[in-house]
Amino acid sequence: MSKSKADAIFPEQQQSTMAVIAPVVGWLVPGAGHLIQRRWIRGSLLMICVIAMFALGVLMEGKVYGLNGGDLLDMLGFVGDLGAGCLYFVTRLMDWGHGAIQLASADYGTKFIIVAGLLNVISAVDAYDIAIGKKE
Amino acid sequence: MSIQLSHFTAAITFSFFASIVFGITQRTTRDEMIRYGAKCFAYFVAGTVVASWAMWVIKH
Repeated sequence: MSKSKADAIFPEQQQSTMAVIAPVVGWLVPGAGHLIQRRWIRGSLLMICVIAMFALGVLMEGKVYGLNGGDLLDMLGFVGDLGAGCLYFVTRLMDWGHGAIQLASADYGTKFIIVAGLLNVISAVDAYDIAIGKKE
Repeated sequence: MSIQLSHFTAAITFSFFASIVFGITQRTTRDEMIRYGAKCFAYFVAGTVVASWAMWVIKH
């Protein structure tokens, strides 16, 4: 293969690999999808925001939903929580997030955790857009 | 360890973090990101205040 052909092909391969890696890494570790593409400030801000929201939710004794909630809203809550990637798995592993129903702020905590997951999904999609060149 | 935020503090904290993520992900240039993030935050806060007064009016 001539050098010019290789030059033409490899960046495309690199781009398609990144299009798979960036959203997956971005989902697992909030902001990391941007960081591996050298978007340092954006990645750091996203990481801080998602982790802070999730941590605040857990500290406010919000509920972290499991797979078998037995209720449609619980399942939707689970999908939202799962969006936080590693944060969700660590929380489940540490057995945090049982939800203190006697506290009003615990309900806010539950929402903080779900929204942190959903915001992380938006971040992962943004990382994908950057990887395919749709966004700078 | 646990923390308890007031309703207003929780709403403002939520607005702050969500606005930053919205700004970064929904716009392309840096200036647009800052402007959109600030606009989202202002709308969140205004919505919180309006909803609070609406609930007060309904109660009374």
